[in-house]
Amino acid sequence: MNTAVPRNSYAIPHDLPLDSGQPLVGARIAYETYGNLAQDRSNAVLICHALTGDQYVASEHPMTAKPGWWDRMVGPGKPIDTNRFHVICANVIGSCMGSTGPASEASDGRPHAMRFPVITIRDMVRGIVALLDGLGIERLHGVVGGSMGGMQALSLAANWPERAGRVLVIASTARHSAQNIAFHEVGRQAIMADPAWAEGDYYAREARPDNGLAVARMAAHITYLSEEGLTRKFGRRLQDRDATSFSFDADFQVESYLRYQGSGFTRRFDANSYLYITRAMDYFDLAQEHGGKLANAFARSRNARFCIVSFDTDWLYPTSESRHIVKALNATGNRVSFVELSAPNGHDSFLLPHEQLDRVVHGFLNG
Amino acid sequence: MVERGAPLRFDLAVIAAAIGQSHSGALVLDIGCGDGALMAALERDAACDARGIEIDAGLVERCVARGLSVVQGDANIDLAEYPDKAYDFAVLSQTLQTATRPDLMLDELLRVGERAFVSFPNFAHWRTRTALMFGGRMPVTSALPVSWYETQNIHHVTIDDFRDLAKEKNAVIERSWFFAKERAISPVGANWRAEFAVFQLSR
Repeated sequence: MNTAVPRNSYAIPHDLPLDSGQPLVGARIAYETYGNLAQDRSNAVLICHALTGDQYVASEHPMTAKPGWWDRMVGPGKPIDTNRFHVICANVIGSCMGSTGPASEASDGRPHAMRFPVITIRDMVRGIVALLDGLGIERLHGVVGGSMGGMQALSLAANWPERAGRVLVIASTARHSAQNIAFHEVGRQAIMADPAWAEGDYYAREARPDNGLAVARMAAHITYLSEEGLTRKFGRRLQDRDATSFSFDADFQVESYLRYQGSGFTRRFDANSYLYITRAMDYFDLAQEHGGKLANAFARSRNARFCIVSFDTDWLYPTSESRHIVKALNATGNRVSFVELSAPNGHDSFLLPHEQLDRVVHGFLNG
Repeated sequence: MVERGAPLRFDLAVIAAAIGQSHSGALVLDIGCGDGALMAALERDAACDARGIEIDAGLVERCVARGLSVVQGDANIDLAEYPDKAYDFAVLSQTLQTATRPDLMLDELLRVGERAFVSFPNFAHWRTRTALMFGGRMPVTSALPVSWYETQNIHHVTIDDFRDLAKEKNAVIERSWFFAKERAISPVGANWRAEFAVFQLSR
């Protein structure tokens, strides 16, 4: 993996307190903005990215040269309309696209590596709130996030209830389930079992734990898709051959696809970041943070409106998890909308073209 | 921002007027809110805080797109998750006859709301009676336009049946409205003459 120099970077002028008790010193937050900030600063929309996402929500990725990860959703005239809204998207701490993470230099001039403190979703949001303070944005028009981004949106609403007027949570959850943790643990073990991982101290070495990171990505990628989607896309079709090879080559198209996904990922993502961010997601349990009752988490969020969206084929964060959030919001009398959208592509559906999703997002932010 | 829509359906119009007259700013739960027409009117004209439950994802999407707070769900099941007396009004418009257990639904309405509005088509209207009596087949009328095999109305009810149910449930009928051909009619002989009824109840 190469590191990229972010376009915009904010140096947090204070130590960032963390849930672990160990503060993060000298943290930087890399971010992108789109559209103009209104004079009264009332039109800011924060977009929170997912596990392997970044701040380039609607601009070309500097390393892969691909369009922004939610380019279809964010831009002039798009559902999150940058003609109307000032969109902010920040790279989370612990990541590797310019915000402080395990690959960043520590005060001794060497990368933090595994000396980086274990962080939580709330810590990521602390970093983003520090950025909002720096940008002079007291109250967001809205916060929007899918998957891990949804966790951040929920965490912001629960812990900084005055900071966002609308909270849109897509394909997400208020807690990581045993199954979620289990899949992440497979990924982490794949990375840590790679000899090139070297206890996380690989930054100065020739070899990177790319094999382990690729396997982690392959396993995770399966959880982002649906069986129906995989069957439709690949079935049992063979890759560039007419018959199975009686070997362990990538005979099947689905194998070839996963290998491609895995190796492509290692070019843009840091293995240690993957460990830290998956850990943060596993630790996420919004109810536990608030005395064991999810409704307590939202007791102070009465001034916000919520919209929760799930997809019927998402088995990573299934509809039942979204309903669990809705139930808690109803119990506290919060304004909440919920819709389960139909889509064939599992968890990934939130990133893919979906007209109903577009209308919900646009309507919720503008209505 | 709530847009001006088409005029409200006759039963929704009387509910909106009843709430608007004396309870502006009320917290209202519309169960089976459809495209959110009543909710939008209440928020626009009576400064109400309206919430909805709707089973159809397409209709929920339309509600969200017009800025309303609507949860997709099955009222037969999901109402149980709503706290006691959390709403000033619970509204069930033309949905009672589709409930799995209308009696339990009425209980739930009066549990979550201080007051409830219930509207339904009257199966004892003279046209329905004559269609059944002389035709010998399940009536298809303007008030009940769908054939027996595809109608969502699984518990046909008459005005007198509903009055009995309310009594059994210790619910007080505070106000009532009756309609034929979408126009208000007097309560005299309503069980014969009314195609639709709207009741305001409390307990």
